[in-house]
Amino acid sequence: MRARVLVRPKAGILDPQGVAVERALPALGFEGVANVHIGRLIELDVEDPSQLEEMSRRLLANPLIEDFEIELLEGGA
Amino acid sequence: MRFGVLRFPGSCDEVDAQLAAARVGDAVLLWHGDRDLQGVDAIVVPGGFSYGDYLRAGAIARFSPVMESVIAFANHGGLVLGICNGFQVLCEAHLLPGALLPNANRRFTFRQLDLEVVSTQTAFTGACQEGETLSIPAKHSWGRYYADEPTLDELEAAGQVVLRYAPAQNFNGSLRDIAGVRNAAGNVFGLMPHPEHAVDARTGSTDGLRIFESMRLAVEGARA
Repeated sequence: MRARVLVRPKAGILDPQGVAVERALPALGFEGVANVHIGRLIELDVEDPSQLEEMSRRLLANPLIEDFEIELLEGGA
Repeated sequence: MRFGVLRFPGSCDEVDAQLAAARVGDAVLLWHGDRDLQGVDAIVVPGGFSYGDYLRAGAIARFSPVMESVIAFANHGGLVLGICNGFQVLCEAHLLPGALLPNANRRFTFRQLDLEVVSTQTAFTGACQEGETLSIPAKHSWGRYYADEPTLDELEAAGQVVLRYAPAQNFNGSLRDIAGVRNAAGNVFGLMPHPEHAVDARTGSTDGLRIFESMRLAVEGARA
């Protein structure tokens, strides 16, 4: 099964990468951009999707500082 | 007194840490793939970029074979010092509370810092004077100490905040100016600045030696 794990900085935690991008966009002429946050996208094939939750909690994300979301995709690679 | 300094692929400060520890005792390097801690009295998890800092700093190193032994050693009361990347590894391993985040200034920053010793009643600062300020360099881009507010309150109430950045020195945005914390039991300590780079007067400060000297006193005191 193909799966995606989306990892984001928790709301309210300063995200310096997001701040840098938010400041760079107006410099290119893109106005009206706010609240930019940068996370990680992890794509993987798993035999047992029920393990994704624990994988995410123990390694793919750090639950103290990040939220994660698991998405199951049809088929697989 | 024998220190064991871990060496991961991507470590870069393990030899400085070994040389610093060797000023107060014996010191050996321990390879990340070995579980044998060779009977050492204390562990140093050094700075660098263990496993390339892939995923998050310290996230992969934390599951290495040597760390399995270090976690067991710490759970039995052994002294463990984590410096910079080592601090990140110990947080990822849940041996220390909290986590390290990218610097608020968004830059890799290298600076000689003044650190306030909040408590001398620890195995890592026993050789310091009450109210003393240590001059120790920091060099990192991922050093903003973070824990949620209730955890920070608990750490302060329990005296687990060991070092703070002096006023105007907190470039990375660490919450409550925390530069170094210990665990509840008091045998595990992590800090972002590098005491192993402040051990020789020719490079400006010998204040970092106090951390290693404190560990020696703690180990020998417990033995006596």
